Amino acid sequence: MRKMLTIISNVLRASTKKNGAQAVSEGARVVVSSRSYADFTPQASFDIKGCDLHRLEEGPAQQAVLTREEGLQYYRTLQMMRRMELKADQLYKQKIIRGFCHLYDGQEACAVGIEAGINPTDHLITAYRAHGYTLTRGGTVREIMAELTGRRGGIAKGKGGSMHMYTKNFYGGNGIVGAQVPLGAGVALACKYQGRNELCVTLYGDGAANQGQIFETYNMASLWKLPCIFICENNKYGMGTSVERAAASTDYYKRGDFIPGLRVDGMDVLCVREATKFAADHCRAGKGPILMELQTYRYHGHSMSDPGVSYRTREEIQEVRSKSDPISMLKERMLSNNMTNVEELKEIDVEVRKEIEDAAQFATTDPEPPLEELCNHLFSNDQPLEVRGTHPWTKLKSVS
Amino acid sequence: MAAAARLVLRTASGAKVLRAGLGWLGAPIRVPHAAAHFTFHPDPVPTRHGPTQKMNLFQSITSALDNTLSSDPTAVIFGEDVAFGGVFRCTVGLRDKYGKDRVFNTPLCEQGIVGFGIGVAVAGATAIAEIQFADYIFPAFDQIVNEAAKYRYRSGNMFDCGNLTIRAPWGCVGHGSLYHSQSPEAFFAHCPGIKVVIPRSPVQAKGLLLSCIADKNPCIFFEPKILYRAAVEQVPTEPYLIPLSQAEVLQEGSDVTLVAWGTQVHVMKEVAAMAQEKLGVSCEVIDLQTILPWDTETVCKSVVKTGRLLISHEAPVTGGFAAEISSTVQEECFLNLEAPIARVCGYDTPFPHIFEPFYIPDKWKCFDAVKRMINY
Repeated sequence: MRKMLTIISNVLRASTKKNGAQAVSEGARVVVSSRSYADFTPQASFDIKGCDLHRLEEGPAQQAVLTREEGLQYYRTLQMMRRMELKADQLYKQKIIRGFCHLYDGQEACAVGIEAGINPTDHLITAYRAHGYTLTRGGTVREIMAELTGRRGGIAKGKGGSMHMYTKNFYGGNGIVGAQVPLGAGVALACKYQGRNELCVTLYGDGAANQGQIFETYNMASLWKLPCIFICENNKYGMGTSVERAAASTDYYKRGDFIPGLRVDGMDVLCVREATKFAADHCRAGKGPILMELQTYRYHGHSMSDPGVSYRTREEIQEVRSKSDPISMLKERMLSNNMTNVEELKEIDVEVRKEIEDAAQFATTDPEPPLEELCNHLFSNDQPLEVRGTHPWTKLKSVS
Repeated sequence: MAAAARLVLRTASGAKVLRAGLGWLGAPIRVPHAAAHFTFHPDPVPTRHGPTQKMNLFQSITSALDNTLSSDPTAVIFGEDVAFGGVFRCTVGLRDKYGKDRVFNTPLCEQGIVGFGIGVAVAGATAIAEIQFADYIFPAFDQIVNEAAKYRYRSGNMFDCGNLTIRAPWGCVGHGSLYHSQSPEAFFAHCPGIKVVIPRSPVQAKGLLLSCIADKNPCIFFEPKILYRAAVEQVPTEPYLIPLSQAEVLQEGSDVTLVAWGTQVHVMKEVAAMAQEKLGVSCEVIDLQTILPWDTETVCKSVVKTGRLLISHEAPVTGGFAAEISSTVQEECFLNLEAPIARVCGYDTPFPHIFEPFYIPDKWKCFDAVKRMINY
């Protein structure tokens, strides 16, 4: 294939010298029509890393089938997520996004893999590193970026910011570490009670794994056999503290004790997808909760105020980027199995970039929410409620 | 065009202007940036406590902790990320100086941190626990209210956790939004058995923190995070104590009493200046310092003199600490009041993300309240 392209490009080069633009466009047309998408492999099977098991007889399949459509869709979402986070970084440095901003780049395989393993009618809740999940759970890049900049077009009307984004069946976006886990178990209870064969994916990080309420939740979920998939996204650092310095046991998949667990390579989309499918089957079969530890890595620091290099070396970050980057891994797999080509992926990149640019433009120019919004949606009330303000002579109205 | 209009609006309202480089025609570019709502007013250099050094708020805290660790061999400091110096640099250098068995990190577990701290204190060591942000103190609320506050009472004075001091960054910071800006002093004011203290400046912070540590009761020390770098003063290097439960009259006046604590004290000083200049009104400014148990005498004496009281805090107005002060003052000084007591506080909403400049009780709202009281 490469040889053919070299021959064609040589011909083009030669012809441009003679005839100029005319020959180039003719040559270009020749190039395009010689590649048709029917030449690509429709699907391929990949060997994936096995999972460490806790209280399980067997784990997820060690082979994953990936179709061309799935691959391209995953690639597009992974790339969209990556570009979106990098754009947010840029906007934050320009002070267009303010407040706290926790970026997800490096961990994209987790969000995309999980979504691929569950149904849109299933439920998901996570902590503050939530931009990726907002995207996979149905949010648009426009809404997400406008929420980051605090504008009325934002997914939470501009009132939530980076840590509080929500969509249907996605319960955020939670600032207080560990507080979302009991909530997730509650959602799982509702799923079981309503009998719609849905489950709840409850995510938390390696830092949160040491919070008391996590263990309270393990107990309740296991006692009542709730269809809850607990997922610990272990990115090796709780803010600036490495896991060895924070946890007596860093085998987070075993910390559920009486809850079966698996440890999964979180940088590989297919690994995550197969593990999620396995876990979902476990829950839907009525066997109760299950715990997954996704071993992943974040390139940025904990938040935009953290450079991310005072507690780890640049070499370490570089190493992960070059050896285990989720997007590179998927790209390599698809290219080496002839499931796509560089041009097609580049096209996707260009489209993604354009969508991000549009979204950033929208996020920068959309107006801020009106002042009336300050007090709206405090309570649910039929009549507008009076809200006492900074002095007794003015009261604001709260509408819900 | 809209952006330019916004720029003009911000600067017209007296916003602080940042020079972001030279722009068109060499004029400095004014970056639209939410201005701080206060100007820090440093106190005069203290002369009674020995040699002083220029320090900002977090450095004065480090100095207090340094003095404590060197004079008290049982003192230990623990919390999230305190070992490398803390997220606000309050414990920089202490671990290297005093060892890792005295300054150590805890995992991410506030309830555990405070519960553990109570145990350390009960066993006889001086425990200084750090909660990373006051917004995160709520998992520890049960330990503070049900255990720490009631230990001495329920054991008939056999045991106590007076050796416990809990420190937490407190208050709005300009971009903190819901979970990095809260002022929870009112929740703890409702709990007999603990003391709640909030300093307004580095000199006050060091003295009050040392008093909290020395005090034989469990204390919560809230540090205004917006002042960590913004507040710079000459602070004595030797240890010194500022008494608890004594409010300080910063400026004497005859017409209106202004009461506040923490960052808001600096807003009040500006309000007093504005009132003098524009209305010819003389204001008495009081820094409450200790929220629980609070100095009723100083405040009431002042109101008897002036007849008007304005209390201001960032926390929401309903059930905020201003309500307690207002209620007590009307009981004690009813016939002395010339106008209803004014409370200029935050709105009854969660601390907003994008609406922060509208939410906080700034000097204009306070000035407005003063004007209405004068004209009542």
